[in-house]
Amino acid sequence: MLEYKSISELVSAAAGAGVRISDIVLADQAEQLELPAEELFRRMDERLAVMEDSVRAGLDPDIRSTSGLTGGDAARQWEYAGSGGVCGGFMNRAVARALSVSEYNAAMGRIVAAPTAGSCGILPGAVVSLLAEGRCTREAAVMSLFTAGAFGMVIAQKASISGAEGGCQAECGSAAAMAAAAIVELSGGTPAMCAEACAIAIKNQLGLVCDPVAGLVEIPCIKRNAAGTAIAFNSAEMALAGIESRIPADECVEAMRAVGCALPAALRETARGGLAATPTGERLRERVFGHK
Amino acid sequence: MNVFDIIGPIMIGPSSSHTAGAVRLGRVAAALLGEAARTAQIELSGSFAETYRGHGTDKALVAGIMGMDSDDERIRRSLDIAREKGLEPVFTETEIPGAHPNTARITLTGGSGKRVVIEGASVGGGNILVTGVNGMAVSFTGQYNTVLVLHQDRPGAIAAVTQFMAGSGLNIGSFRLSRSHRGGEALMTIEVDGAVSDGLMDSLRALAPVQQAILIRAM
Repeated sequence: MLEYKSISELVSAAAGAGVRISDIVLADQAEQLELPAEELFRRMDERLAVMEDSVRAGLDPDIRSTSGLTGGDAARQWEYAGSGGVCGGFMNRAVARALSVSEYNAAMGRIVAAPTAGSCGILPGAVVSLLAEGRCTREAAVMSLFTAGAFGMVIAQKASISGAEGGCQAECGSAAAMAAAAIVELSGGTPAMCAEACAIAIKNQLGLVCDPVAGLVEIPCIKRNAAGTAIAFNSAEMALAGIESRIPADECVEAMRAVGCALPAALRETARGGLAATPTGERLRERVFGHK
Repeated sequence: MNVFDIIGPIMIGPSSSHTAGAVRLGRVAAALLGEAARTAQIELSGSFAETYRGHGTDKALVAGIMGMDSDDERIRRSLDIAREKGLEPVFTETEIPGAHPNTARITLTGGSGKRVVIEGASVGGGNILVTGVNGMAVSFTGQYNTVLVLHQDRPGAIAAVTQFMAGSGLNIGSFRLSRSHRGGEALMTIEVDGAVSDGLMDSLRALAPVQQAILIRAM
């Protein structure tokens, strides 16, 4: 059985067996949950379908969050993507999908926490994009979520996936690292490349604070989901090019834990620091909740 | 932990602690009442009191009280749905001393006049901890089948219940006892492994020291 205590464990188990990381994770989880692998695959397929639905629903230009602070940006980005933008249509649509799921979440839509609700747009931004644009099969897309989940389990056990504990690096950072590994697997990369992509993604979000305006999962969370998807693709591209992280993935996870512990409480979801404490952040809070 | 704790749950946004956990608290209150709620008074403490409108915590609690699950698309419209059913929930902001920041106290009455009060917190990731039932201290998460046994505080009451459970093949995962005062009303909170049938609950209720027994199924 796998312990999910290190990323190197996942890489060596998959490389040793000559299979994808998702293959060993699915087999292991079936054993641990005492359920047939087909049933686990079905459950993950259902989650992928919810991700796809949330991408579609959030593209509605009229969508607004419960607080009224956010909504409509995914539609704006989607329309802009039609022009190809600077980085091409694919990347712009991927970013739009991440925005879409995040805005739908803020509007009390039905989403898949991955690993959390606050970071729910990043993995769909990556995996749904590759699937929707014909870059992978549905089977591969479902399987890649097992790989993403396995990386997330290691991070959750060795560091944190909670903004209140570890800052935004623990939520959007973890999601981007998980998505980077999934993208590599879906693009034919090796298990070792999945770990490199995970490491590069973590390095790029290390120290990111959790500073939600008015304490709501909206500002800056929604745009950090968009950036998380972009970082995931960027990290995966570097890994697929054969670039290695000089700091191994497991040590990056450990660094994330240590940095999270060093973050002051004001920067861990309490809405007392960072963007939440800016004059505009304070004004927006007053607009939603009145004076305190 | 398994892979679906990370890729999941499927839930209504925006926040697992402010929506998914709140739905669960509402569901526990509904399970305790055991009938449709006619009135609902909801006291919110700490962060719940400060941010419930922006997070939709009010909608989530009422959705749970009406039996909806945390991935139900109707949660968004739950306050309207409640009104259509003649339920007008009343929200008040309060400060419960020493309580977890995300704490709610829910008082429900049913058509029969039955009244229940639960106090509990949303402790993160959609998980909850119920800390009070009808004014008595309890501690359960709703992750296991939980049996609440109201009984008279007297010798042999616990033995009668646990022996009955042992005879029925039920394994107890955790056990907590609280009482109002010596010889008064007492409450056992028992989290058990495995399935609990209605027939088993009926037999439990028939035991001499038991005044009332409620099953809250694992969520």
